[in-house]
Amino acid sequence: MNNKGKTSVKFLGMTVIAMFFFSFALVPLYNVFCEVTGINGKVFQSENSQEYTAEVGRDVAVQFISSNNERMPWIFKPSNEVMGVVTGKYYNATFYVKNTTNKTMTAQAVPSIAPSNAAAHLKKLECFCFEQQELAPGEEALLPVKFLISNELPNQIKNVILSYTIFDITDYNQENLAHLEMHTEKN
Amino acid sequence: MSAVIENHHDDHHHGPAKGLTRWLYTTNHKDIGTLYLWFSFAMFLIGGAMAMIIRAELFQPGMQIVEPEFYNQMITLHGLIMIFGGVMPAFVGLANWLVPMMIGAPDMALPRMNNLSFWILPFAFFILLSSLFMEGGAPNFGWTFYAPLSTTYAPPSVTFFIFSVHIMGASSIMGAINVIVTIMNMRAPGMDLMKMPLFVWSWLITAYLLIAVMPVLAGAVTMMLMDIHFGTSFFNAAGGGDPVLFQHIFWFFGHPEVYIMILPAFGIVSHIIETFSRKQLFGYSSMVWAMLSIAILSFVVWAHHMFTVGMPLAAELFFMWATMLIAVPTGVKVFNWIATMFRGSITFETPMLFACAFVVLFTLGGFSGLMLAITPADFQYHDTYFVVAHFHYVLVPGAIFSIMAAVYYWIPKWSGNMYDERLGKLHFWLSFIGVNVTFFPQHFIGLAGMPRRYPDYALQFADWNMVSTVGAFLFGISQVFFLFIVIKTVMGGKKATDQVWEGARGLEWTVASPAPYHTFGTPPKVD
Amino acid sequence: MLSNYTNKLTGFLLTLSLFTNPAKADWFALNMTEGATAISEEVFNLHMLIFWICVAIGVVVFSVMFYSMFAHTKKKNPVAATFHESTKVEIAWTVIPFLILIAMAVPASKTLTKMYDDTAGDVNIQVTGFQWKWQYRYLEDGVSFFSNLSTDMDEIYNLVPKGENYLQEVDEAVVIPVGKKVRFLITANDVIHSWWVPAFAIKQDAIPGFVNTAWTKVDKVGTYRGKCTELCGKNHGFMPIVVKVVEQDEYDLWVSDKKEAAFKLAELTEKEWTTAELVERGESVYATNCVACHQVNGQGITGIFPALAGSDIVLNDKPRNIEILMEGVQGAAMNSFDYLSEVELASVITYTRQSWGNAEKGDGEIVSPKDIVDYKKPKI
Repeated sequence: MNNKGKTSVKFLGMTVIAMFFFSFALVPLYNVFCEVTGINGKVFQSENSQEYTAEVGRDVAVQFISSNNERMPWIFKPSNEVMGVVTGKYYNATFYVKNTTNKTMTAQAVPSIAPSNAAAHLKKLECFCFEQQELAPGEEALLPVKFLISNELPNQIKNVILSYTIFDITDYNQENLAHLEMHTEKN
Repeated sequence: MSAVIENHHDDHHHGPAKGLTRWLYTTNHKDIGTLYLWFSFAMFLIGGAMAMIIRAELFQPGMQIVEPEFYNQMITLHGLIMIFGGVMPAFVGLANWLVPMMIGAPDMALPRMNNLSFWILPFAFFILLSSLFMEGGAPNFGWTFYAPLSTTYAPPSVTFFIFSVHIMGASSIMGAINVIVTIMNMRAPGMDLMKMPLFVWSWLITAYLLIAVMPVLAGAVTMMLMDIHFGTSFFNAAGGGDPVLFQHIFWFFGHPEVYIMILPAFGIVSHIIETFSRKQLFGYSSMVWAMLSIAILSFVVWAHHMFTVGMPLAAELFFMWATMLIAVPTGVKVFNWIATMFRGSITFETPMLFACAFVVLFTLGGFSGLMLAITPADFQYHDTYFVVAHFHYVLVPGAIFSIMAAVYYWIPKWSGNMYDERLGKLHFWLSFIGVNVTFFPQHFIGLAGMPRRYPDYALQFADWNMVSTVGAFLFGISQVFFLFIVIKTVMGGKKATDQVWEGARGLEWTVASPAPYHTFGTPPKVD
Repeated sequence: MLSNYTNKLTGFLLTLSLFTNPAKADWFALNMTEGATAISEEVFNLHMLIFWICVAIGVVVFSVMFYSMFAHTKKKNPVAATFHESTKVEIAWTVIPFLILIAMAVPASKTLTKMYDDTAGDVNIQVTGFQWKWQYRYLEDGVSFFSNLSTDMDEIYNLVPKGENYLQEVDEAVVIPVGKKVRFLITANDVIHSWWVPAFAIKQDAIPGFVNTAWTKVDKVGTYRGKCTELCGKNHGFMPIVVKVVEQDEYDLWVSDKKEAAFKLAELTEKEWTTAELVERGESVYATNCVACHQVNGQGITGIFPALAGSDIVLNDKPRNIEILMEGVQGAAMNSFDYLSEVELASVITYTRQSWGNAEKGDGEIVSPKDIVDYKKPKI
């Protein structure tokens, strides 16, 4: 085969490898894209801990939903199912959780916001979803969320749903958990 | 000791080796083309048998033949085998046979890699099919294998499925590299890119698509493997991942994949319509630009497979508009084929019958595709038999008919024998009726509300399901008839001339029929 | 006069039966439903618009093609024309389709935007997909229940004729009020499912760990049936959806009935019953229901009614013990007692397990009302 051919093969081979790594790059790219555009309901921890001054805050209703993933036996309920908030101010909410089994277990809560274009405007300062929660048998806890809905929330949204699903990650090994830490890092 | 005169070897070509090892070791593009085509025919019949089982179960409401668990294995394997074992290898087989001859090259650029590309395929499919006998059964999560059904909830055979997919992907990638390097480097002098036959163009573009997206499929299944065995959480929400990410990665591969499965068909149909209309193809350069546009657009429409996943409005609108746009270049191609026929001098030998049926029925599939692109309407079509009808129309009377057309068209060149024209026409009509009786009613049941991947259904869907099953059996039997026709042709028949078809143009028709084992040892002059 | 009236009535009812017998298969099940909401009607109209545009294009294009196939055969046109390009024509048939597409995209975008209107609902229901059933939780009222396919296995396996709503019926339907905005918050417990009700033009995937929303406002009272539309395992085809849309007052009544039932259930299952309480209650239940055959001393009648004292099942097999009370025994005189309340069932079984020396001889396990509730929960 002539030189031109050999170069073509090399080039194509490298393209193949590049596309393989591109598919892995899609993983963080996906998160970045969601964060930048605020879509898909993903929420990240907010750095800013100063109180926002509510200049012209408007009323929004926040509904809290809890879900247990398959075979997760804990009791998991929001302390209040609905909270009326004013945009621009921080609020505290809690979720009640109890390990009803006879072994120590670890849970991970995964948040989801609806509508998805509200996610960019829901800032969480503190959230139990940022860390794994370990409970001893029979232990109960009130898990906190400190959040704010910014004034930039589109006007037509009057109701925001903040949902958490708890998963049993007791058996997840250290690798999983390291991966997990990456995704709940502050941004 | 005698001095061996070196140039002895330059004077003659060796004919094919004798015996079975010929096929194992061959680096000849014609042999490898033959291997791919026979392999794909075998896979087509196996995938077809699975379709018969599926349609037999759906003949009547109630579970009569198989259990739901096994039914899910059938639909999964049917899809995988038809796509990766049927359509794709058939097109690669055609590329192998035809591309070197069409560009006046003696063989493919990388003949030994060509051999490897083929032989890993039977190995991959042996693994995939043997999963039927494994503990937990074969993969049962659909050919689109969404997580977490295909990760956390998958049977143990999923690991073999992943291994098998990696091998198939490697085969396609190597084949694509071979095609690109061949076309870019080995064209006869005077054959500029815009003078290349359209089948060659279609394969050049297809090969680039394969290079771009098969590695992404490999990435997706590797991530699956890692989630299943190495404790990662790409697609597991509990670990910080996202099942929807799987769908994005999969369909980023998946959408270009469907164009990979149709572009070579476009090339074939252009050749056949030109020949049997005895008129030069209308709008050669637009045909090239249309294929290029389709290929490029194919990268930005993937999420139209995911309209119900919960994407934000802006994303849904973007994907709706981009998807609708693909109708424009595709329409251009259809109009150009018809314009080629218009005021031509047409005869309807079997290849032309299949090509004309392609134009009509693929367009029908295109119409249902356009309907599916309309997002609010798609909420009612998604995951129903309307989608099944759509993709079977573009794949069966689309891709598969083009492959059959290609076989009838070029088999006189490959074998030196004409196929029996009456039998060919009979096969066409049986297939045409079969395909429409099978898939047209599926539009109805989809619109009426029957979801896909259901082994059983509510009573209002019974009538058309029964009709569809009857069509499927007719179509299935017709393909066994096709096998008979092909074998009969290869074994003997009216001798073919070199030209074979009165209106045929292209370098492949300038060599003898059957084509000599080695052709274009010296490149021809192209004006 | 009366017979005249009766004849007319009979005739009317017979004619009506022709239209209200959907049990039969249907050659006319050809098209999408217009549905019962303003949105579903808009979607239907959009579907028909695109469909007719495609038909029109198809007719034009294929007429030219079929004409050519007829008129330009070698016989009729032995010398082919030689034209093979025309920039004007190519531009025309690129631009015109493009314009047609824009005409389609405008109404489609409008309808989609309406569907994304995500303000609150009067009723908010969390829908969770499980393998293989749906769970519904009414957020305002705390009403929560599972909804399982209620078609008999015998019908599925062709042992008995199939009912009218074969594969489209559930044990507990979703109930919503007519004319009010209902919002669905859709998620899943295990794998991805998808919640589809054609009459509302709602279809959203149910994804574990995430919540998708959809809303509807139904104009007509009625029963609407939907299906799971994402492959979710072996019984993907066997987890239908039924939504009953009723007048507001009927809805309110249903909600309060459900709340009451939930309250009672909660009371019973959450109460910590002591063994003594159960045994005391159980004794009176036994006296009313069991003594006739199994006798006061639990000895039964040899050869006819088995003894409960010293019985292997009562001593060591709590699950089977519960099962017998709930299902009865095939081919024997022992019937199912599942019409008794959970408290009665739990207490009488506990009584038998604790009496006549059984507690010392066997595992001594008690049965709580919660155990009975768990037994009654639909099995996968």
